[in-house]
Amino acid sequence: MHCIVTGGNVKVLAKAVHSLSRIGDELYVEPQEDGLALRSVNSSRSAYACFLFAPLFFSRYSITSGDNFRCKMAIKLDLISLLLRLLVDTVVHFPPSLDEVTVSVSDERMWVRNHVEEEAEASKAMLTELCLASDEFDHFAAQAHNSVTFCLKELRGLLVFAESTGLPVSMYLDEPGSPVVLSVTDSVLEGNFVLATLSDDPSLRKNSSKGAHTAAPPPPDDFMNDDMDSYLIAMDTSIAPGPSNTGPPPPSLSGDTRSKRPAAVSHKARILIEEAEEEETDDLDRLPNKKFRSLFFGSVLPPSSQLSTQPMTSQEVLASDSEEEN
Amino acid sequence: MKFRGKIIDIACLNHFTRVVTTISKLTKMCVLRLTPDNLFFVLSGKVANGGVSMWCELSQANFFDEYQMEGVSSEDNEICLEVTPENLSRALKTVQNAKAVKVKLTKKHCPCLTIAAELPTLSSVSRVVTHDVPVDVIPRRLWHEFKEPSMPDFDVSIYLPPLKTMKNIVDRMKNLSNFLVIEANLNGEMNLKIETDLVSVTTHFRDLGNPPWGDDASQDGGPSQSRDPESMVEARVDIRRLQQFLVGQQVNPSKAMCNIVHQSVLHLILLHEDMSLQYFIPAVA
Repeated sequence: MHCIVTGGNVKVLAKAVHSLSRIGDELYVEPQEDGLALRSVNSSRSAYACFLFAPLFFSRYSITSGDNFRCKMAIKLDLISLLLRLLVDTVVHFPPSLDEVTVSVSDERMWVRNHVEEEAEASKAMLTELCLASDEFDHFAAQAHNSVTFCLKELRGLLVFAESTGLPVSMYLDEPGSPVVLSVTDSVLEGNFVLATLSDDPSLRKNSSKGAHTAAPPPPDDFMNDDMDSYLIAMDTSIAPGPSNTGPPPPSLSGDTRSKRPAAVSHKARILIEEAEEEETDDLDRLPNKKFRSLFFGSVLPPSSQLSTQPMTSQEVLASDSEEEN
Repeated sequence: MKFRGKIIDIACLNHFTRVVTTISKLTKMCVLRLTPDNLFFVLSGKVANGGVSMWCELSQANFFDEYQMEGVSSEDNEICLEVTPENLSRALKTVQNAKAVKVKLTKKHCPCLTIAAELPTLSSVSRVVTHDVPVDVIPRRLWHEFKEPSMPDFDVSIYLPPLKTMKNIVDRMKNLSNFLVIEANLNGEMNLKIETDLVSVTTHFRDLGNPPWGDDASQDGGPSQSRDPESMVEARVDIRRLQQFLVGQQVNPSKAMCNIVHQSVLHLILLHEDMSLQYFIPAVA
């Protein structure tokens, strides 16, 4: 392989590598017919990112044919194309140390809030929620009410890249458990960040007919409702306060919001997913160690073949990550 | 118990945020007292925080365009909450460009101060961000711990040098010693001194001026009247406490002064247009 990058593209390449480095420690460089693919995956296999640089990106691009890995992307039901500024503005409301964020969508709105585990910390954690109207986005199409929770930290790598290049970001999300995909595209490159999401935990559901595993999007215009009665605190202050109800608020989703599970593969291909082993280690507080669908990579297809409807054939399965994180 | 306040003016929001941020630099947790006219951030002197105490008073009318509260009862028309000011500061800092910010006492998974802001957008619908900051309600039987501290019977009261200057000096002195002696007299002179086995360093300030408390401040018609203007009183304090106080100051106060009770307590007072902050650092032997 012999590729030469010149001019401003050097910086773009550097920033792509930098944002991949926020995902994992190793960079997979794969020269392909349709461009150079740079990929990274984190050690717990819960986040994956890929940049594909078309031959036009380079002043010289010559490769010899080598091994071809194949990858297929998950089905995406929803597409939200975000103005980059919007995404950056959203993220700024959350502290840099925040790990997990829950994104919920309805027909007209998107809610982004920090995800807090329902354990000891929940009663004292600060909760932040941001509500975005659909017309703030370039394109907003949500076919179902969905809530997904993923790691915000890994998203920041993409934001840094996109901010420096000024490209819009597209977000594709599905139901809990399916990965959320964020993409940046222009004529010479395409970057995809694939993040695992918390799966539906049946023990968390208040009602088996509802799809979301966290509180569903609150009714719109809650902020406009100034009725103080709904915020009355009835406490007897002559005794020391004890912890109030620390359970998660019950979902208040109205209407039928059962998420669709299409039986057939749509125009996007599918990543082989396996359930991660549930690990009972309490000191590991990160997304991948919960009941969770991790991403396993059989093979990696160049993104341009996403339109293929070929079913998966034999895959080379990488070892499952059951190593402890420290 | 109800509380609901709304800030619309950007300058008020900015100022309020800076006050809260200053408080957050002084202490991890404090008590917020809400009365019909005022907000108080209170830290009562406990062994755990080295005996340091703080009293910050804001007039609500200077910040809030709307302010409604109902206290615990009609005789005790007050709300007392234990809060982590850093959470409030963080929430407020992200909404500096809001069209309106509401602060409400709410009950979510626990009692919270909810900061809800309407942010400007290009679309027809505002963007709304809410931060729920958990608080603990302080029961009435503990309210006596958070009363306004009385003005100590000080020996000398003197205006402080520019806080930035003081901070720079204290920062450097901290590298040499854990304790600093602050001494002052009624002639507008103040010295900051540190002493170790190897070295002693003194910084002298002159012509600072002494606040004209007059006879009102001192109980018996005044030790300050009979004191020799040249004679210094001093307090030896933990330098980190003084540094913490200086580091946190975000706004230049209209007036900054300190009262010293000889070898007993250092009482720092900052007066802004619509806010006053008092900070007590006990002297150590």
